[in-house]
Amino acid sequence: MAVPILKQGHYLIASIQAALSDSDVLQLQDDLVEQVGRFRSRGIIVDVTALDVMDSFASRSLRGIAHMTRLRGAETVIVGIQPEVAFAMVQLGMSLEDVHTALDLEEGLSFLDTQLKESTDGDR
Amino acid sequence: MTDEVRVSVSSDADVVEAREKGRELSATLGFSSIDLTLIVTAISEVARNILLYAKQGEIVLRLDNNGGQHGIVVVARDDGPGIPDLELAMRDSYSTGNGLGLGLPGARRLMDEFEIESEISKGTTIVMKKWAPERV
Ligand SMILES: Nc1ncnc2c1ncn2[C@@H]1O[C@H](COP(=O)(O)OP(=O)(O)OP(=O)(O)O)[C@@H](O)[C@H]1O
Ligand SMILES: [Mg+2]
Repeated sequence: MAVPILKQGHYLIASIQAALSDSDVLQLQDDLVEQVGRFRSRGIIVDVTALDVMDSFASRSLRGIAHMTRLRGAETVIVGIQPEVAFAMVQLGMSLEDVHTALDLEEGLSFLDTQLKESTDGDR
Repeated sequence: MTDEVRVSVSSDADVVEAREKGRELSATLGFSSIDLTLIVTAISEVARNILLYAKQGEIVLRLDNNGGQHGIVVVARDDGPGIPDLELAMRDSYSTGNGLGLGLPGARRLMDEFEIESEISKGTTIVMKKWAPERV
C-alpha cells in the first residue's frame, strides 16, 4: 500500500498506515526525494507508529531517505518507533545512529522547528 | 486450528504474508509482543533472502512441542544457488549484495535456535525456533 504524504508548510509528513512491502518502501523513498525538490521542503517526518516490524531492509531504506533528502536540504525525523520494534532492531544489529528520531509527531515537529530556526539564524 | 502454514515466496508481497502468517501462528502460543516482533523480524530476513538470492522458495511455519514446552518453527527453504561459505555468510556485515549483511546473523540472534544447511546449486534450508514461555 502506498504511503500517503502530506505537505504541511515547509514540511512533508509521511504516515505509514499498514504493513510495508519492499516496493512500498522504495516508492516512499522516490516520492519523498521528488517532493522535497518540488516543494523545497525543509523537513520530513516519517511516522512509523503503525509499523509492527522493521527489518534490515526497512531500516536501511529509512536511513537512505534521511541521507538523500539531506542532500536536497531537508532534515528527516523518524517518529513513533514502537518499543518492541526498537528492541528487535537492536537484536538484529541495526542502528539508526545518524538519523533523528522522536517519540511522536508533535515532538518530531518541534525538533524540525528548532532545526529550521537555527539554520535560518545561521543564514543571517 | 491448523498447525502448519506454508507461504510460497516469489514476490515482496509474499514476504509480507510470511510475516503476517508467522505472527498469527506464534500468537496462538502466548508469546509476549516483544517475542512476536522478534520472530516476525527474523521471518522477514530469511524470506527476503530467498527472494533476493534464490528468487523463489517457501516459508513453512509450524508448532513444536518439546517435553511440554511449545514453540514456533520457521523453515525457510529454496532451490537457489546455495551459499559457498556458511561461516562467512553468518558473519555480521558480510553481504554479497548491497545489504548490511545482518539478515542471517541477526535472525540467529532473534530466535532461540537456528540451523542452516546449504549446498551449491542445490539450495539453502534454514530451520529456526523460538520457545514460548511456560503457561501457568
Ligand atoms: N537463501 C540464500 N541463497 C543464497 N545465498 C544466500 C541466501 N541467504 C543468504 N545468502 C548469502 O548470504 C549473504 C549474507 O546474508 P544476510 O542476510 O546476512 O545479508 P544480506 O542479505 O547481504 O544483507 P541484509 O540482510 O542485511 O540486507 C548474502 O549476501 C548472500 O550472499
Ligand atoms: Mg539478507
